[in-house]
Amino acid sequence: MIATGNHAVAYGVKAARAEVIAAYPITPQTQIIEKLSEFIEKGEMRAKFLRVESEHSAMAACIGASACGARAFTATSSQGLLYMSEMVFWAGLGSFPVVMAVVTRALAPPWSIWNEHTDILSQRDAGWIVIMCESVQEAYDASIQAFRIAEDRRVRQPVMFGLDAFSLSHTSERLDLIGQEEADAFLPAPEGDWKVIDVQEPTTYGNMASPERMMEIRHSTMERLKESSGVIEEAASEFSRVSGRQQAGLVEEYRTSGAEVMLVVVGASSGDAKDAADALRDEGVRAGVLRLRVIRPFPSERIRAALQGCKAVAVVDRDYSFGLGGIIGQEVASATGAGPFNYIAGIGGRDLSVMDFAGIARDAIRRAEAGEGRGEIWWGIKGSQEPSR
Amino acid sequence: MRNLTDEEYLLPGNAACPGCAAVMAMRIGLKVLGPRTILVIPACCMSVVQGHCPKTPSKVPIFNTAFAASAATASGIRAALEMKGIMDVNIVCWAGDGGTADIGIQSLSGAAERGDDLIYVCYDNEAYMNTGTQRSGSTPEGARTTTTITGKSEGKKDVPGIMIAHRIPYVATACTSYPLDFANKLRRAISMRGTRYIHLLSPCPPGWRYPTEKTVEVGKLAVESGAWILYEWAGGRCRLTGPSSGLAERSKRRPLEEYLRIQGRFAQADPSKIEGMKRRIDEEWERILALCKG
Ligand SMILES: Cc1ncc(C[n+]2csc(CCOP(=O)(O)OP(=O)(O)O)c2C)c(N)n1
Ligand code: SF4
Ligand SMILES: [Mg+2]
Repeated sequence: MIATGNHAVAYGVKAARAEVIAAYPITPQTQIIEKLSEFIEKGEMRAKFLRVESEHSAMAACIGASACGARAFTATSSQGLLYMSEMVFWAGLGSFPVVMAVVTRALAPPWSIWNEHTDILSQRDAGWIVIMCESVQEAYDASIQAFRIAEDRRVRQPVMFGLDAFSLSHTSERLDLIGQEEADAFLPAPEGDWKVIDVQEPTTYGNMASPERMMEIRHSTMERLKESSGVIEEAASEFSRVSGRQQAGLVEEYRTSGAEVMLVVVGASSGDAKDAADALRDEGVRAGVLRLRVIRPFPSERIRAALQGCKAVAVVDRDYSFGLGGIIGQEVASATGAGPFNYIAGIGGRDLSVMDFAGIARDAIRRAEAGEGRGEIWWGIKGSQEPSR
Repeated sequence: MRNLTDEEYLLPGNAACPGCAAVMAMRIGLKVLGPRTILVIPACCMSVVQGHCPKTPSKVPIFNTAFAASAATASGIRAALEMKGIMDVNIVCWAGDGGTADIGIQSLSGAAERGDDLIYVCYDNEAYMNTGTQRSGSTPEGARTTTTITGKSEGKKDVPGIMIAHRIPYVATACTSYPLDFANKLRRAISMRGTRYIHLLSPCPPGWRYPTEKTVEVGKLAVESGAWILYEWAGGRCRLTGPSSGLAERSKRRPLEEYLRIQGRFAQADPSKIEGMKRRIDEEWERILALCKG
């Protein structure tokens, strides 16, 4: 069939059998929720559609549903994503396997409905897995894979996937669907065993965590995000088998072998970057493309490996962090540079004293002398702790 | 207490201030609601009195959510339970006045307009107590708070009136000093479907500045002076309940000054201010009596 990126997402979410959808309209996301609403009203899809009064409420409702073990989905864009932000963090820090499509769009003022990635990247610290799609087909494929990744026992974190405004959301391309049976085999009905609300086994979710406890809760989220890299790759290769279409996992390497210049790109314009690499190669310039399909967890190792031996690396950012620079550019620099020892300390009110700082300084010297490279150290961690479950 | 189970759903040893009416009301509320209940609590005093995780202070599930999000969170919970075929559970938001009249009113209004199947109890201590007694939309005229140190100049937002305007099945006011009246209203609410709203006046010793042992007396004076009117609105009809039924005539009410003087928060209200407050109360009575006439 021929479909837009937005409709591809709706078909994917239908195939994934989402049970609760709560959403609020915003250009250019509207077609996603209109189509889903239509599926449900026509009886083609069994789900509850909550036509909420704001994006904040949309994510709150998804969290409430997910807390009961339901498969929950929403979609938004730009202003809507930022309006939702408090609950985006709530879902990520609370480890609720919600899935969200984000049609990436510039933030106002001045008003603009056109493409930019600053909106989705502004939520990169929220504990979500962040995927960026390149094509209509990939938007469909990602919307099914996202639920499997999110609900995987080793992960249990929410997943958002980005579609570039218009160039992907509203562009019609060829779309191949998988059969419902294949979809069900790839993504079985939700077991819902992540639920935290159960009248049979009453617990309190989310009450105060002391400084003695919080850091370990965050540490467990960090570990699950780390674990998700492998789960994302697994989901991609399994979906390649089911669909008969090769899926990118964390990154996609295009003509990277022997590349003297590497274009590092994200999202829908990656196709144009690949065409440019072809043209350059024809002219004798050894160009390659490294597409980052996944932004969180950031595929640092894959990037380091792919960029080894490149004469020039060009990171193209469709976003900006004022006062610093392009966001992906900064992250690639931090993944490939010398890098400091990075101490994570004082989380959730954990003590951080003069003695800790002295200890950290000594620890850094010891690591340097032992020839350790960069690294992340959770200072004073007592082992991971599941978030109030 | 008559008709209430001896079973305790709110476990002792919570971290509330002594004399906290809101916590006493939650204890009674849970007895009425019973074990097949899910509580949704936004940021407020009740999120702190639960103590620290992994401790569980109640025998029903409690889900803590963001300040503005209680009704929407409850809507999501209801949708999930319906999908799972679980139909016999009370989903109850238990939120403060700030989380209801101010930051949470949008999600409450959205849920009510959609008619989502939930009970919403606003316990009204008339300020942002958890953050140290700042003014809320529900703070009454003349009350001193830390952000209105000369007394609030505006009146109290009429949230029950706003909820009536949503044409939901059930809206009631209550006061923690009349637990049976509250329990009966909660029972009526439980017997219905759709969005049901109870606005519960909950005196607060540190915030209202009165000695802890006077909590019941302060609430009684609020009702007996007519400053707080007990009523319920269902099926398009309104009726006064409890002591308020006998207070339609102004002469039957205790002088407002008795209610004001027992608390420190109105200490600076001068006679002209008090006259203004009385006028507002009279207007409120006229409005409710007109509603009762239909
Ligand atoms: C978005 C957001 N803004 C502010 C706060 C800080 N805050 C937490 S509780 C609270 C006051 C709650 O007041 P109310 O709803 O009346 O409940 P009470 O504390 O009086 O019981 C405030 C302002 C917050 N948690 N979240
Ligand atoms: S401040 Fe008031 S409402 Fe809050 S716990 Fe104390 S007495 Fe209760
Ligand atoms: Mg309050």
